[in-house]
Amino acid sequence: MTGSVLTDLMLIFGQVSLLAFGGGNSVLPEMQRQVVEVQGWMTAREFAALYALAQAAPGPNMLVVALVGWQVAGLSGALVAVLSLCGPSSVLTYFTVRIWFRLRDAPWRRAVQAGLLPITAGLIMAGAVLLTTTTTTGLATGAVTAAATAVFLFTRVHPLIVLAIAAALGAGGFLV
Amino acid sequence: MLVEQRRWLTPTEFSELLGVCQFLPGPNIVNLSVSLGARWHGPIGSVVAFVGLWAAPLAIVLCLAAGYDHFSALPVVRNAFGGLAAGASALILSTALKIAEPLRAWPTGLAIAGIVTLAVAVLRWPLPVVLVVVAPVAIALAHWSKR
Repeated sequence: MTGSVLTDLMLIFGQVSLLAFGGGNSVLPEMQRQVVEVQGWMTAREFAALYALAQAAPGPNMLVVALVGWQVAGLSGALVAVLSLCGPSSVLTYFTVRIWFRLRDAPWRRAVQAGLLPITAGLIMAGAVLLTTTTTTGLATGAVTAAATAVFLFTRVHPLIVLAIAAALGAGGFLV
Repeated sequence: MLVEQRRWLTPTEFSELLGVCQFLPGPNIVNLSVSLGARWHGPIGSVVAFVGLWAAPLAIVLCLAAGYDHFSALPVVRNAFGGLAAGASALILSTALKIAEPLRAWPTGLAIAGIVTLAVAVLRWPLPVVLVVVAPVAIALAHWSKR
C-alpha cells in the first residue's frame, strides 16, 4: 500500500517537475488538482492549510510539496515528493545550463520566453484563485486576503510579519 | 550573498544565470543552486548545494507540521490557521499580480493569461493539456508581435 503511494507521489511530482516552466508557483494548481481531485488524498482546505504552513516556514517556496508527501506517506513520502519534484528538472538543468547560457541572446529564445510569460502569469493566477476561494470562509477572511495583498504589492513590510498578524487575528477569534 | 559577500560571480553573471534558470522547468532556486554547484564542483557540487538548500527548511517545516497535527484539534489553533491561510493566499495573489504587471503593455498576452487562468482554475484542465494547446500559440503570437 505505502509502496504504491510512494510510486504515485514519484510519478505525479516527477511529471510536474518537467512541466514547471516559470518556477514552482506555476505548478501549484496542477499539484492541487492531482492531490485533491485525482488522488483524493486530502480536501482543498487541507491543501490550502499545508500551503500556508509551508509559506510560514523559511526556505524554498516549494516546501508545500514536502508537506503533501508527509501528509500522504510520512517522512519517506516527504523525501520522495521533494526528490521527485526537483530531480528531473535538476538533471535537465545540470546537463543543459551551459547550452542555454550560450543561447541566451538567440531571438527565438526571446520569443519562447515572451510567450511563456502570460502562461506563467495565468497559471499562478489560477493557483491564487483556487487558494483564495478556499481560504475565504467569510467576509473577514476575504478582507484579510485583500488587505495583505495590498501590503505585499505596495509596501516592503516583511511577508512573515503580515502572516503573523493574519494568524494572530485568526487566533483572537476575529475572523470566524 | 553569492554576489556581494562571496564574490563568486558578478551581478551580470548572476542575473543572466537566473534568467536561464527561470527559462528551464523546475523550481528556479533549485535550478540556480544546482547549476552553481556544478560550476565549481561538478555533480558533487550540485548535490551539496541541493542538500544545503533543503535540509534545514525541510526539518523546520516537518516539525511545524507535526506540531500542527498534534494541536489542530484546539479551536484557537484552527482559527489561527484560518487567518494564516488567508494571508498565504494573499502571498500568491500578489505574486500573480506582480508577474502579470508587464503584460499590461501587451493586451494579447493579458488575454492569454486570462484564458489560462480560466482553463486551469475553473475548467480544471490538466497542465500538460494547457501547455500543449496554449504554449505554441502564445509563442507564435509573441514572436509575431515583437517583429
